[in-house]
Amino acid sequence: MKQVTLSNVSKTYPNGVTAVHPTSFDIEKGEFLVLVGPSGCGKSTILRMIAGLESITEGDLDIAGKRVNDVEPALRDIAMVFQNYALYPHMTVFNNMAYGLRNRGTSKAGIDKAVRDAASMLNLGEFLDRKPSQLSGGQRQRVAMGRAIVRNPALFLFDEPLSNLDAKLRGQMRIEIRALQRRLGVTSVYVTHDQVEAMTMADRIVVLNAGRIEQIGTPSEIYHQPRSTFVASFMGAPPMNLIDADYRGNGRVYLAGGMDLPAPVETGRPGAVKIGVRPESARMVETETAGALPFAIDHVEELGAIRLFHGTLGGQPFTVHTSHEHAVPEGTAWLDLRSSTVLMFDGATGARL
Amino acid sequence: MKRVQFNRPLLPYLLILPQMAVIVIFFYWPSAQAIQSSFYIEDPFGFGATFVGMANYQDILSSREYLKIANFTVVFTFLVTFLSLAIGLLLAVKADKVIRGSSAYKTLLISVYAVAPPVAGLIGVMFFDQHIGPFVDLAAWFGWDMRVGIDYWDTAIAMITISVWKQIPYNFIFFLSGLQGIPVSVVEAAAIDCRSPVRRFWTVVLPLLSPTAFFLLIINMTYALFDTFGIIDTTVKDKAANNPITLVYKVYMDGFRGNDIGGSSAQSVILMLVVFVLTVFQFRFIERRVHYT
Repeated sequence: MKQVTLSNVSKTYPNGVTAVHPTSFDIEKGEFLVLVGPSGCGKSTILRMIAGLESITEGDLDIAGKRVNDVEPALRDIAMVFQNYALYPHMTVFNNMAYGLRNRGTSKAGIDKAVRDAASMLNLGEFLDRKPSQLSGGQRQRVAMGRAIVRNPALFLFDEPLSNLDAKLRGQMRIEIRALQRRLGVTSVYVTHDQVEAMTMADRIVVLNAGRIEQIGTPSEIYHQPRSTFVASFMGAPPMNLIDADYRGNGRVYLAGGMDLPAPVETGRPGAVKIGVRPESARMVETETAGALPFAIDHVEELGAIRLFHGTLGGQPFTVHTSHEHAVPEGTAWLDLRSSTVLMFDGATGARL
Repeated sequence: MKRVQFNRPLLPYLLILPQMAVIVIFFYWPSAQAIQSSFYIEDPFGFGATFVGMANYQDILSSREYLKIANFTVVFTFLVTFLSLAIGLLLAVKADKVIRGSSAYKTLLISVYAVAPPVAGLIGVMFFDQHIGPFVDLAAWFGWDMRVGIDYWDTAIAMITISVWKQIPYNFIFFLSGLQGIPVSVVEAAAIDCRSPVRRFWTVVLPLLSPTAFFLLIINMTYALFDTFGIIDTTVKDKAANNPITLVYKVYMDGFRGNDIGGSSAQSVILMLVVFVLTVFQFRFIERRVHYT
């Protein structure tokens, strides 16, 4: 069942800047959808249009089967968690959570129960009488979550809620938010620029670039089957290696330096292409084997569990990801890409072939 | 806060000396003199003074005229404070929402503040002039024969209007910057939590403006009590006669026009006490409701 539907929704500001080009996608009931992209890609604008904080220039937005383009935010049955928490600084934690319910005429007993339930779920029980200024960043984040939960809305909206937290807390809150959402089963839209958050939390990811959707898919699809070089290089750290090559239509692609590879796909049109290989997919060998390509190592990043080898392949930057047990070769090593997943993209448009 | 330890213990006192000197010379010294002369009846021509104890105070507090002026001062101060705060806030809230041409709009509103009080008084007097004043014409339209300077209440209304008009820009600037200091996301969160804009204003915006409002309350009361002197002077044209005046103007009239230095001093001591009590009250009881972030 579809909980939210965007049909050709676009946003153009009065000064003529188009933040979001006509965009369509559905959000299933209970789904956790992540909008991800670099800053200025329009992800927050889409979220704010769903919330009703930003007007929709064209197109239709439906929430729970009802067109809500002209419905004010308070009547859309949504709850939003803001990046800087946006707690009411003059209210106690209890009142912060109760405020939305009071304005909806919930009974005093009902408010009390809802707030206490949410507070115990979020381990905020002992802080109910405190003001936001007396809480730590993580606790404020929880209060913001609590404020969303007590309302029991049709839709949760998250606008980069973890970006003000330190790395450790962010990892922890990521898991908590996802667990909470599963438990409550509330449809959620989550905006982030952090591809790790997108990969780890999403049921489905929408990758945005310059106001347009690049790809919609499960984290696995997005990672393994990127539709464009943009998605391939945005998702994954370190990003996918992309190497300029020449496809001549004879089943092989030719790299600079006289190297060549079997083409991963056959297309009718020869021309410039980019070859994509995930760093963990490339296999490094110490001795030259048939079909292996010379890989000049520049430096090695030691990350404990893994090692990253940065170097060049035919003069172009290339990174290989190995386990920490992998020996560090002297000088040139060899790359065996025969068993690797190799993708081929159009050299001009960046679309996957 | 950063603490600095001085090697020589005298240096810090030396550093605050200029400030203390200003306060002592221009505030404590005249205050002490006022208190002293309030117990004397001074010869109008400067030939000595006679100690009379509390007689000046007794005269003042038993004077019906003084009580009438005190009553008017209370009404005047309340109305000027309330109206200039309310209108300033209203304009600031509206200006905060203006997107197009906002700076021109704000400049127009703020520019009134650059007008000196006596000049504002003069402009106001012209507005309420019997022959050329547009306000008098406007009142006549509604069948109201407005006689500023002759009718007690007509003069009072003119005085209050001019005083409020003069103070609105000041309140407007502070309220506007206060409003712009409220995080946008908090206002947006409120828009999601509460449907009624009026209720949002009372429950979220106004509490967050309370430090500004409290500051302005004190400033506006002080303004209405003391700084309206120039406006009153030009409105009554230096000759109060039957017209309404405030306590401060009475101090001036009795002291400088009537040469009753002792009575005038006693009045200013009473005023000082009133302001002291008011300030203590404001800080003890109103400031408790102020939320400082």
